[in-house]
Amino acid sequence: MGISSGSFFLQNLFNAIMLGGLYALIAVGYTMVYGILRLINFAHGDIMMMGVYFAFYAATILSLSSIPAAIVAVLGAAGLGFLIDRIAYKPLRNAPRISALITAIAMSFFLESFAVVVFGAVPKSFLSVFKDRSILNKVLTVGGAKIPLLTFLVIILTAAIFAVLFWIVYRTKIGMAMRAISMDIPTTSLMGINVDMVIGFTFALGSALAAASGIMWAMRYPNVFPYMGFMPGLKAFIAAVVGGIGSIPGAIVGGLVLGAVEIFAVSYFPDLSGYRDAFSFIILIAILLIKPSGILGKKAIEKV
Amino acid sequence: MMEKKLKTSTKVWLTIIFILIMGFLLWIANRTFDDYKLRVLRLIAIYGIMAVSLNLINGITGVFSLGHAGFILIGAYTAALLTLTPEQKAMSFLFGIQPWIEKIHADFFTATIAGGVMAALFAFLIGWPVLKLRGDYLAIASLGFAEVVRIWANNALTITNGPLGLKALQEYSNIWWVYGWLLFTVVFISSLVYSSYGRALKAIREDEIAARSMGINVFKHQLLAFVVGAFFAGVSGSLYAHWLTTIDPRITTMGPMFTFYILIMIVLGGLGSISGSLIGAAIFAILFEWLRNLEQPFTFFGIQVPGIPGMRILVISVLFILVMIFWQRGIMGREELTWENLYKWFSRLKREGEKS
Amino acid sequence: MTETVKSLQEEVKAGEEFLLKLDHVTMQFGGLIAVNDFDNGVKKLELLGLIGPNGAGKTTVFNVVTGIYYPTKGRIIFDEIDITPLKPHQITHLGIARTFQNIRLFYNLTVLENVLVAQHHELSNPDADRILKKHGKPPKNFEKFWFWRAVSKLGYLKKEKKMIETAKELIERVGLSHVMHEKASALPYGEQRKLEIARALATKPKLLLLDEPAAGMNPKESEDLMEFIKRLKNEFKVTIFLIEHDMKVVMGICERIIVMDYGKIIAEGTPEQIQNNPKVIEAYLGKEWKNV
Repeated sequence: MGISSGSFFLQNLFNAIMLGGLYALIAVGYTMVYGILRLINFAHGDIMMMGVYFAFYAATILSLSSIPAAIVAVLGAAGLGFLIDRIAYKPLRNAPRISALITAIAMSFFLESFAVVVFGAVPKSFLSVFKDRSILNKVLTVGGAKIPLLTFLVIILTAAIFAVLFWIVYRTKIGMAMRAISMDIPTTSLMGINVDMVIGFTFALGSALAAASGIMWAMRYPNVFPYMGFMPGLKAFIAAVVGGIGSIPGAIVGGLVLGAVEIFAVSYFPDLSGYRDAFSFIILIAILLIKPSGILGKKAIEKV
Repeated sequence: MMEKKLKTSTKVWLTIIFILIMGFLLWIANRTFDDYKLRVLRLIAIYGIMAVSLNLINGITGVFSLGHAGFILIGAYTAALLTLTPEQKAMSFLFGIQPWIEKIHADFFTATIAGGVMAALFAFLIGWPVLKLRGDYLAIASLGFAEVVRIWANNALTITNGPLGLKALQEYSNIWWVYGWLLFTVVFISSLVYSSYGRALKAIREDEIAARSMGINVFKHQLLAFVVGAFFAGVSGSLYAHWLTTIDPRITTMGPMFTFYILIMIVLGGLGSISGSLIGAAIFAILFEWLRNLEQPFTFFGIQVPGIPGMRILVISVLFILVMIFWQRGIMGREELTWENLYKWFSRLKREGEKS
Repeated sequence: MTETVKSLQEEVKAGEEFLLKLDHVTMQFGGLIAVNDFDNGVKKLELLGLIGPNGAGKTTVFNVVTGIYYPTKGRIIFDEIDITPLKPHQITHLGIARTFQNIRLFYNLTVLENVLVAQHHELSNPDADRILKKHGKPPKNFEKFWFWRAVSKLGYLKKEKKMIETAKELIERVGLSHVMHEKASALPYGEQRKLEIARALATKPKLLLLDEPAAGMNPKESEDLMEFIKRLKNEFKVTIFLIEHDMKVVMGICERIIVMDYGKIIAEGTPEQIQNNPKVIEAYLGKEWKNV
């Protein structure tokens, strides 16, 4: 299969959409929290890692089958996200923003070292979660390109999760409350809304999505280790910034852009594959210099 | 409402005497301490340089940079490539080496300066785009810069020897080099901070728009702090490399985690305080070494506990979170250990003693 | 043809009389026109007031003048120099200082340090000095390498001593010497306002912009402030342009007043003229009042 062939392109396209979707799922958590608290939840990528470990142990120790294990892990991550907000971030709501950011870094650091101590530093194979691995190896042929069935599954699942997310944010009361506090916290609290509950819910929701993303990530790249969340987390944050921070559609756009750049650059310029992780930072700096508000973000005027 | 109570000449003499006493103590330590204790003692000075230089950028100027590990790495590689002899380099570079990299060679002092200058140069170049950003965006972009540098070091096989790193460096970083550089760093940065430039940097930290309206070229001054901080980070990188005797670009050695360690030191000591940074660095170095005990098997109230790898980082991270939630000002806050303050505290103690 | 020549000459004449001239300045944010064709200025050594209802665009005028915003249209001339494209620090160096509507002090620095910071531009603005030189004006700093001097202390301590002397004198003159070494955050509101003005004066401005100096003050404090501003003008020989809501203050001290509404200048004149201008009354009280 040549580098200029259509099927090669198609194969990369599917990979890009899959990777972009996974970034987007994590990015949503960043963007929702940043939209409300102006806080980069540095620990978000590590919550994704914890979610993957939850799934791993739910399947191996509790010997649940894959789908219940995934549900347990997603709920566990949601609870963890809620707890982190309560314990570490809530006491600092009125502190300088930099203090909150440092605390988030400390939290990320804590989750990683916790995983090293409790789960061990040696990578584990996520494949042991599956009793029947035949599904992982199925390949479909589309337009001459061989695409793993798993890629399709991940893309479809991601899309379904996003549909649910949009329903929650735009069609339910709690979603309305989330959108309200992202505009103005004091006023919203005057309307009789329990702001802390809504913020906690936002953390839980974002963490659940990160865990879902992490589990699918681990199905595709089945190496589970304590630092696995760091890079995807940073990249997802960059995706959120590129798309326009605070905007959920922006997170999707940013995720897809990042996924596409990474996959295509590496496939068409194999020499650059070692620099794969560097692309996203270059994109970040470029977008912040060209359009600091991101692709779908609104321009903010500095009040003096 | 405290006016100056001590004469400048008194303070200068006190400082000189203090430095001489410290030098004497180091001389004794150098003779009597065992190898392990000396290593920790030297590490304190190296961490001290890292902390004071990051504090200039983050604590004094309020530019929240997370790129320090990148500057340290640049300084470390630059200096190490210079102190290694051409024969050593030819032997350890398994994938071939750029001829000019192989040829260059310098003594430790020149190499350390070169490491600092190289880091400062990178800071100058990266500062142009990065310092246009604000707050947390800047934090992520600078972290990204450090990662790009590390990834580059991992890939540029003929320059850095890639993942294999540089090994068998001479252990040049003896007690006099590291404490000499620490002294120079502290004198340079304090002198900068306690001048009109330092006030301008603090003003930028307090309120950028007001600083601008007072005629301060904010970008230029932030860049200045960034470059000076990076220079000393590069210097500390050289000292670190020649203390460790081996460097490699793994994420766990010179990755973001390393910046976080330095961040812990300055947060613990008090963001914005130079003496606080030094205290934070010393505490971190000693604590981190002492916590190694947790990773070896030990007996706790008669119970045999097996060693748990990674335990010391977990303890440090918990400490980090607790400091952030309950003790944000850290040990020194923004205060400094100056003769003036010591005098003030001492006379207050005396007054209270007389009262009771 | 002769007419245009004549008007051009008139304009040049008018330009000489103005220390600061806003030449048809418009500032637009997206769809919102905050300042619409502002064409007026501040004359040398005058005390000019800028009033208008909330959201009329007054502070935006200050922000455009001090370089925080770049105007959509128009030019700003200060002391015969076109300052439109200049950055805030350069504009301050050329001689415009300001205070802010909601006080912006360096709260963790002492009163003395706050005032000292305002003198720093004398050491470190070669770019602004070049602009001064280009227009045949004396630069403010003749010496170089201040950074290295400051770090090595060679040839610096004398300068530092002089800066401290100047700052102390200024603090004394505005009546804050009793809090010289207090942190700015520890000062009561009225003194914070005074400190902000002292800090602005420390940049040695020709033109001082005061953004609602009397905001949040009680009548007694406002009265003191009026005296204070009048004293400043005479003692420091500085031109003052102020925004104010407190009518008593504006009418009491301003020699000339400009009124803005919805981004436009709707009136200009002496306090008496403004008080009796029907347009101004309408802007402040609404249309119905006219018929009463």
